[in-house]
Amino acid sequence: MSTLKFTEDHEWVLPAEDGTALVGITDHAQEQLGELVFVELPEVGREFDKGESIGVIESVKSASDLYAPVSGSVVEINDELDAEPALVNEDAMGAGWFVKIKLNDPTELDELMEEADYLQDLD
Amino acid sequence: MGMHPVGQPDEPANLNATGINMSETNDSAKTALHDLHIELGARMVPFAGYSMPVQYPAGIAREHQHTREQAGLFDVSHMGQLRVSGADTAAALESLMPVDLVDLPAMKQRYALLTNPRGGVMDDLMVTHAGDHFFVVVNAACKVQDIAHMRQSIGQRCDIEVLEDQALLALQGPLASQVLARFAPACADMLFMTAANLDIDGVECLVTRSGYTGEDGYEISIPPAEADRIARLLLDQPEVAPVGLGARDSLRLEAGLCLYGHDLDADTTPVESSLLWALSKSRRADGDRPGGYPGAETILQQIAQGVQRKRVGIRPLGRMPVREGAPLTTVGGQGTGRVTSGGFGPTLGAPVAMGYVGVEQAQPGTRLLAEVRGRQVEVEVAKMPFVEQRYYRGK
Repeated sequence: MSTLKFTEDHEWVLPAEDGTALVGITDHAQEQLGELVFVELPEVGREFDKGESIGVIESVKSASDLYAPVSGSVVEINDELDAEPALVNEDAMGAGWFVKIKLNDPTELDELMEEADYLQDLD
Repeated sequence: MGMHPVGQPDEPANLNATGINMSETNDSAKTALHDLHIELGARMVPFAGYSMPVQYPAGIAREHQHTREQAGLFDVSHMGQLRVSGADTAAALESLMPVDLVDLPAMKQRYALLTNPRGGVMDDLMVTHAGDHFFVVVNAACKVQDIAHMRQSIGQRCDIEVLEDQALLALQGPLASQVLARFAPACADMLFMTAANLDIDGVECLVTRSGYTGEDGYEISIPPAEADRIARLLLDQPEVAPVGLGARDSLRLEAGLCLYGHDLDADTTPVESSLLWALSKSRRADGDRPGGYPGAETILQQIAQGVQRKRVGIRPLGRMPVREGAPLTTVGGQGTGRVTSGGFGPTLGAPVAMGYVGVEQAQPGTRLLAEVRGRQVEVEVAKMPFVEQRYYRGK
């Protein structure tokens, strides 16, 4: 059963059965950032360690890093975000996903937060 | 996701008289509208020693667009407001700035610059001949320095009164006039860069038709006791929405206007910053009152002989914003300057920036490279303003 996980940096990870996972930023994050004007995504094939910056998210005023929640490699990126970065604001938890990754080590997911813990952390 | 801004910090260091960075103290000063901002759900940030709204719940992009489509209300009370008076005031002020103030007609406003002995810019400001005094508005981050400089240089020649807690509101946008005219009908006939004493709901306010957005609009100087009430009155108008410092910055950037401390500083002359138009004819080499301000020799020489670098507009060719600090090189890889302001223009729907380049690269259309996060991004030198200025010049 796949469970949605969260990081302290306001990212979510949605693992699938096949050892891949979708990664995005949370609704709270998009609200804090305001309307996104540009999203820089990594190249397909890029390998990364947990905590490494794998992208940049830009609003009118500032640019923020997207940190890898777990270690792995990029298998797909959300092309829609190139033309429509505001899609992240509209649907951060769904259509506004950033990358699909292949997990190096699924046990790293255990280190992340459950939704209840993330939401509590926000308060 | 790292929620910290990447790149240069937004605000210049604001040091008080003893060198303490005011922006780092916990007791930031509050404007008369502080409680109103909190009530409106503003996100407050320390800026130049004040707690100021960077945005309201609508967000920067929407506030920006609202200003260009209807009317935005800005609290700019953090800026310094001065009343300078006495028979010798105009001449005294002229001894500090390369502009014509002696022949500035009553109730007219002029953009001006305080210069230093190297010909660099200490601050950019607005000076208004308000009848029985000169009304001066300076940048918040520079006001301590500016006031000290003025007191030291011309304090014996004129009376300099700092309007300590006076509020300053900016009402900007194509519908600003129809809004303000509901309370002060005479405002509708004011031309751009003029002033009037207007009664707004029983409060006498000095109002200028000017601003920092490229749109038509007004700046309204209000006594602190009345500021909250007048602000609420204006916000009650259907066309008006509150706008914070975030959108103020994106609006002025699209309008090609300088931000002191970023596009203008003590090491940059008005000629280098493409502000030649602000240097009045009467103060030039062949004018009635040539020179006579700090750095005049350097500035007049630059007017005559040219400069090595110039402030220009920069248009990134892709969608990626190019922000302050980005080094600029020619396509051949030769360093030519840097970006001094950059971001995204919501009205333009594209990234927009300004910076300094070598004069050989200053022609609009010149292709350059900007370094962003270790990569070279294609940009082009562009004319400013990026968005058409819509000042009211009369029917």
